[in-house]
Amino acid sequence: MRLAIAALSGALFGAGLVISGMTDPAKVQGWLDVFGRWDPTLGFVLTGAILPMLVAWRVAARRRTALTGIGLPPPPPQRIDTRLIGGAALFGLGWGLAGLCPGPAIASVGFGGAPFLIFFAAMIAGMLLFALWDRRA
Amino acid sequence: MNPDWIAGLTGGLMIGCAAALYLLGNGRIMGASGLLGGLVDGTGRANWLERVAFLGGLIFVPALLVATGIVQRSAPVAGTGVLVLAGLLVGFGTRLGNGCTSGHGVCGISRFSRRGIVATVVYLLAGSFAVLLARAAGWTA
Repeated sequence: MRLAIAALSGALFGAGLVISGMTDPAKVQGWLDVFGRWDPTLGFVLTGAILPMLVAWRVAARRRTALTGIGLPPPPPQRIDTRLIGGAALFGLGWGLAGLCPGPAIASVGFGGAPFLIFFAAMIAGMLLFALWDRRA
Repeated sequence: MNPDWIAGLTGGLMIGCAAALYLLGNGRIMGASGLLGGLVDGTGRANWLERVAFLGGLIFVPALLVATGIVQRSAPVAGTGVLVLAGLLVGFGTRLGNGCTSGHGVCGISRFSRRGIVATVVYLLAGSFAVLLARAAGWTA
């Protein structure tokens, strides 16, 4: 059951990403191009994505466990630290340069061809580099 | 209304429903970088099969939609060097900041998480700066 739900959410997430335009790097750069020819499409994507989740968090607040009996996530941590700010800044730079964030990068693995696979491989390398750096720090 | 906006809103609602299903079904926050990153560095060993199932759906359905011509294939906007640099930044940054557009953006903002909102403002600002830089430098594929 848990695996079926995971696969189904992944499938729905993937369909949403390609239909919305999130997997189109030109569209993403257009959304971030606030000083140039700004394309507001991705604002609609984010708004559309947040709406069902507003409801879901309200439902979750009234339940003790998820449908499969697993505990629901604890309240979010509040700490704003340099790791959060620094990490978000590095991520944002990469997102703007390539027009790809992790979800769309994964979704493009099966159809994007070489450039998208190169980005995907570099993203995994970046995750490994972080794990190495974090172990030493 | 511009058809791009309708597609954006429709796709966005699907993304939100996927996150809602994952939260209420499996009790987890749908964050792409965390789901993949936990497999890459082994921190997600405990529920690796669930992660693989999610990523399997996430890779298979877009490939199917493009192969059947329902959705158009997208083109890259940067050359190999920039793609490698950007990929490294995205991989390292999302692990350091513990989230990306789906985790901090979609799941964080909707529960009014302070960290999610701050992270989203920061990566939007950094992303706008990167596009400004890329446009000025003339980096295209």
